[in-house]
Amino acid sequence: MTEHVTATAGLDAESADWPRALAGTGPRREEALARLHGLLVRIARSEVARRAPRLQLTGPELDDLAYQAAADALVAITSKLGQFRGESRFTTWAYKFVMFEVSAKIGRHFWRHPSVRLDAEDWERLPDRFGFDPAQEAEWRDLLTALRQAVDQELTARQRKVFVAIVLNGVPLDTLVIELACSRNAIYKTLFDARRKLRAVLAANGYIGDDVWRRS
Amino acid sequence: MSGWSALDRFLRTDPRDVGCAQAMEMLHIYAELAAAGAPVEERYPGVAAHLRACGPCAEDFDGLLAAVRGEKH
Repeated sequence: MTEHVTATAGLDAESADWPRALAGTGPRREEALARLHGLLVRIARSEVARRAPRLQLTGPELDDLAYQAAADALVAITSKLGQFRGESRFTTWAYKFVMFEVSAKIGRHFWRHPSVRLDAEDWERLPDRFGFDPAQEAEWRDLLTALRQAVDQELTARQRKVFVAIVLNGVPLDTLVIELACSRNAIYKTLFDARRKLRAVLAANGYIGDDVWRRS
Repeated sequence: MSGWSALDRFLRTDPRDVGCAQAMEMLHIYAELAAAGAPVEERYPGVAAHLRACGPCAEDFDGLLAAVRGEKH
């Protein structure tokens, strides 16, 4: 499914000036690069601080990550200037690359972390992952047995690998992107197809409702 | 029985979901409109569906929205 965007009317003067300055030469470009880098560092530091409570990173590591993300975002922005079509303010478009770089750096951090297990299969963690009450195991044991069977029998090797890493082992999707050397989109699509397949099997066997997707 | 509904939510896929690539492509437009209070879920239902299902893209969106809102203050 694709959605199309219509450019917002009337690009503000500052947003129109940024690409010209960055694509230029000489002191004007240098000044624009320095100013943009300053903005990107500020945004990256805020973003890393926002995500910090969920990360096992300390102050200096967080700051390093923010500076690296800002530097790489600046490279991405200057190499993609031609892709800025004025559909938002220039800075909003630029900050998007900071978010992507922060995510990528965090994914890489966990990839290096020895506690991240990609292939180990700990099915005992599955009830906890979805919040099943241990006291009511008799009610959900068959469902999870059927789910495991469907994972083993219905998924492709690739879908199974992604399901096990993300759902059973809690590997961040952006870490799996590095491990499997593919895009976030490719991993998401693999998991999307696996989810759809598993749901269909569980519904066909009466474990969950087979109603078609409802509008939320 | 929260486990059943959590599993059901996880397995349920939305055919409007545009996927990560298109959501990331449009994230700056979506975030700016959201910050302005526009009805983005109605305007871009496929991106909205994706952000509901994809944790990493939703995290990027939340960060960008915070950055845009911060710029306005």
